Amino acid sequence: MSKMPPVHRGLRPFSRLLRLGGPNPADIMTFLLLAGLAVLVIRGAEGMAEPLSQLRITPVALDPWNLPGYALRTTLRMFAALFASLVFTLVVATLAARSRRAEQIIVPALDILQSVPILGFLTFTVTFFMGLFPGQQLGVELAAIFAIFTSQAWNMTFSFYQSLRSIPSDLDEVARGFGLSPLRRFLRLDLPFATPALVWNMMMSMSGGWFFVVASEAITVGKTTVALPGIGSWLALAIERSDFAGVGWAVGAMAVVILLYDQLVFRPVVAWADRFRFEQTASAERPRSWAYDLFRRARLLPLLLAPLTSLGPLLLMLDPGGRGLRAGKGRAPSRIGDYLWRALVAVAVIGAVWTIVDYVTRTLSWGDALDVAGLACLTMLRVMALIVVASLIWVPVGVWIGLRPQWAERLQPVAQFLAAFPANVLFPFAVIAIIHWRLSPDVWLSPLMILGTQWYILFNVIAGASAIPTDLREAAGMFRVKGWQWWRQVAIPGIFPYYVTGALTAAGGSWNASIVAETVSWGDRTLHAAGLGSFIADATAAGDYPRVALGIAMMSIFVIAFNRLLWRPLYAFGERRLRLA
Amino acid sequence: MATLAPSRPLVELTAVRHAYGKGHGQMLVLDDVNLTLNESEIVGLLGRSGSGKSTLLRAIAGLLAPSEGAVRFVPDDAGRAPSVSMVFQTFALFPWLTVLQNVELGLEALKVPAEARRTRALAAIDMIGLDGFENAYPKELSGGMRQRVGLARALVVDPSLLLMDEPFSALDVLTAETLRTDLLDLWCEGRMPIKAILMVTHNIEEAVLMCDRILVFSSNPGRIAAEIRVDLPQPRDRLDPAFRALVDDIYVRMTARAVATPVSEGYFPGTGIDMVLPRVSTNSLAGLIEEVDGTPFDGQASLADLAVSLKLEVDALLPMAETLQLLRFAELTGADLKLTPDARRYASADVDTRKGMFAQALLAHVPLAQHIRRILDERPGRTAPARRFRDELEDHMLPDYAEMTLRTVTHWGRYAEIFAYHEDADQFSLEDPV
Repeated sequence: MSKMPPVHRGLRPFSRLLRLGGPNPADIMTFLLLAGLAVLVIRGAEGMAEPLSQLRITPVALDPWNLPGYALRTTLRMFAALFASLVFTLVVATLAARSRRAEQIIVPALDILQSVPILGFLTFTVTFFMGLFPGQQLGVELAAIFAIFTSQAWNMTFSFYQSLRSIPSDLDEVARGFGLSPLRRFLRLDLPFATPALVWNMMMSMSGGWFFVVASEAITVGKTTVALPGIGSWLALAIERSDFAGVGWAVGAMAVVILLYDQLVFRPVVAWADRFRFEQTASAERPRSWAYDLFRRARLLPLLLAPLTSLGPLLLMLDPGGRGLRAGKGRAPSRIGDYLWRALVAVAVIGAVWTIVDYVTRTLSWGDALDVAGLACLTMLRVMALIVVASLIWVPVGVWIGLRPQWAERLQPVAQFLAAFPANVLFPFAVIAIIHWRLSPDVWLSPLMILGTQWYILFNVIAGASAIPTDLREAAGMFRVKGWQWWRQVAIPGIFPYYVTGALTAAGGSWNASIVAETVSWGDRTLHAAGLGSFIADATAAGDYPRVALGIAMMSIFVIAFNRLLWRPLYAFGERRLRLA
Repeated sequence: MATLAPSRPLVELTAVRHAYGKGHGQMLVLDDVNLTLNESEIVGLLGRSGSGKSTLLRAIAGLLAPSEGAVRFVPDDAGRAPSVSMVFQTFALFPWLTVLQNVELGLEALKVPAEARRTRALAAIDMIGLDGFENAYPKELSGGMRQRVGLARALVVDPSLLLMDEPFSALDVLTAETLRTDLLDLWCEGRMPIKAILMVTHNIEEAVLMCDRILVFSSNPGRIAAEIRVDLPQPRDRLDPAFRALVDDIYVRMTARAVATPVSEGYFPGTGIDMVLPRVSTNSLAGLIEEVDGTPFDGQASLADLAVSLKLEVDALLPMAETLQLLRFAELTGADLKLTPDARRYASADVDTRKGMFAQALLAHVPLAQHIRRILDERPGRTAPARRFRDELEDHMLPDYAEMTLRTVTHWGRYAEIFAYHEDADQFSLEDPV
């Protein structure tokens, strides 16, 4: 070896800065952006530490000048919840993937938590967090953050767990062969491999979180209502006062916030995470982000991020080190331990079921359960009808867009923005329309349930249609396959697996949305549609905990049965027969 | 150098036995393997798929513990146990790490200080011919370059024993040859720190080209069927008559078991309906018959020549040849495949006659095909769920093998038109689809 080749990666930020001289324009822009962000974070966090009485002195007011501050507080809450979800994900999913016994509990639990109505939990958690910090805003803040967390964490955890389980066996063998310690293995293999899917799920979670911001910022505990400063509270107040302009302002603020964090946070992260995609060939289409390019050009950035990036090496320094090259004999799992563990889990589950049944039956009878089941059937009917209607509209549109790449590229960001937009801010407009034309709430409130989730169908159909191989389309064109035959033999089989994924997500989301969509108010007028969602919403408002518990349990049963009996078999069929390899 | 004597042992395997699965469907992959690896030798493990070569390699690498038997590492004079590292068929590079970071991975795990790590990694990269690619990501490299990174990563930790699992089989012919030559040069010049190499391959020529000793594995279960010393001096010439003779000899040994046992016992493990059928398509069977029937072979060909003319490795060629033998379309004598008169008539027949001949052979010599046909004949509706045959097969073999066997017999039966299979209903029937 004659001369050291230039090695850029891994050089310390300091030496890099020294070598490169003064800052460039990208540095200045990056610095200004980051400094502005830091100031905002500090200002927002200051507010959280104030005593609860402050809220009564300066209640939420519908003054547009307050709106930027409110938007800031709301955004901070969402990112705090996202951070909590991330920590939860890394710990719980890793535990599930590494320990067989933990897996037996965590995976079914996640499966259920993913599909149960989270809004129902709000009542139970608020009391707890307020008790932790009596008289302080922090308690309520934590309750709100926790509510958002419960809407974000599960799909992230599930995705991370699935990634860990699908690590290619050869990479796993390399890690084991070199005797990487658990920590090093996590940082070198597990985390990078799971990053792309995790980032995607974080974006989905963030969109989902908006839905709950509105419900979680204005919290009613017993007879008092606490409204934390934020867009959600603003919106609640605007609805209560029938202030049309107020709702408009809130919608505008949300649009700006979503646009900002999409451009400044998620786009750069997606562009960065592209390097972790597990593929051996360079892909033609790489995600791009102007902000990421700016950050990369900035020479100051490594220095500013040093505390974050040095975390990994620091952890590894404390690491006790590997076992060397020789691996020991694999430990055989103990049979008796397994049986004991399973018995323990079974006892715990039976105990939990008993507690719930006991709690609910103390005030309610089996007749109530039957009534609730009837309401659940009503809601199920709505969900099914809506999925059919949404499919009839969006499948043709999605196929049309998907087959035209130039349109798909242009419309993708628009569709993403629409999906991120919390549909519940649009509810008041529906109420006004229904009241104005004296429509039946039982029918016309239903579309609200799918307002926010229909985009999943559109997304997936676009993805599916653009994945139909060109040669298949050309063959269809050459044989003049048209009209219904074209749909039956080309388009529908081509998009089917994608469509099922989209419809499954949309249906699950609609169940959840029914809690806010079946009872909607505008000023002093409240519209009501009979169904399980309004049952839970009413019980929550009345503080009738046994009914809330019954409603949630019933909805969980319906959603899980729906998934198992309809969507899973359809999905399996699509994977088996219609997947275009 | 490769043939320095006397050499001391590095690893000793005694009575190694390994089985996958439990209970009824248990599959014995390694049985009674005794093996000593010495310093200064390249040993090749040769065998077809399912002979447990890769399992043995992983047992030595410590990636799995064999069900029975011992893997003992003989300590050197200073009392240190030999270390191992491995090169993978699929390269197994971390796509998010650069070449340099990939190579440093093993050193990092050993907690080698950063300075020494870099120096050693750069030296290994330099040795293996990857200069200038230190900052490249694996996806920017060609297959050959990627395997070089895999080699550098394995060598940089100074292992005593280098394990290679079909290291060249994912590469194109030219690249594989270059890499083989480079590796042999490094080995012969003593520039690599390793004391011995153990490689798994199913390419007979590759084994003869590189190894000092070749262990031929029989399959199901994997046993050492033969041990062959290769005393040809390096560098070896593929066209050297001694080289060719050795290749032919190994073909003979790899088909030896088949010749020794009568046909009705089957070459595939198990007899009767529990015979495991390999995934061989009727098209490739017809192609093989036509190739042997035509010029220059005229009804009889050596497997080594066929492998060259058809560009097939033993792994693919042997199951095809044995299927022909099972169906009485050919005889395997030594390393020669000789077509029966039936097969020669098949070669010149039209499609329908071919199908008829194939159907006859299938019903006469493949018990599972007979069995399915008989059940269908007995049933009033002339249909039977595939599930029932799958269950029957799983009583005798691992689910994966049952699936493969059923797929093969379905494919053969459909071609011969002795029964039909409907995928949606997952059932066999006698009716042809309308």
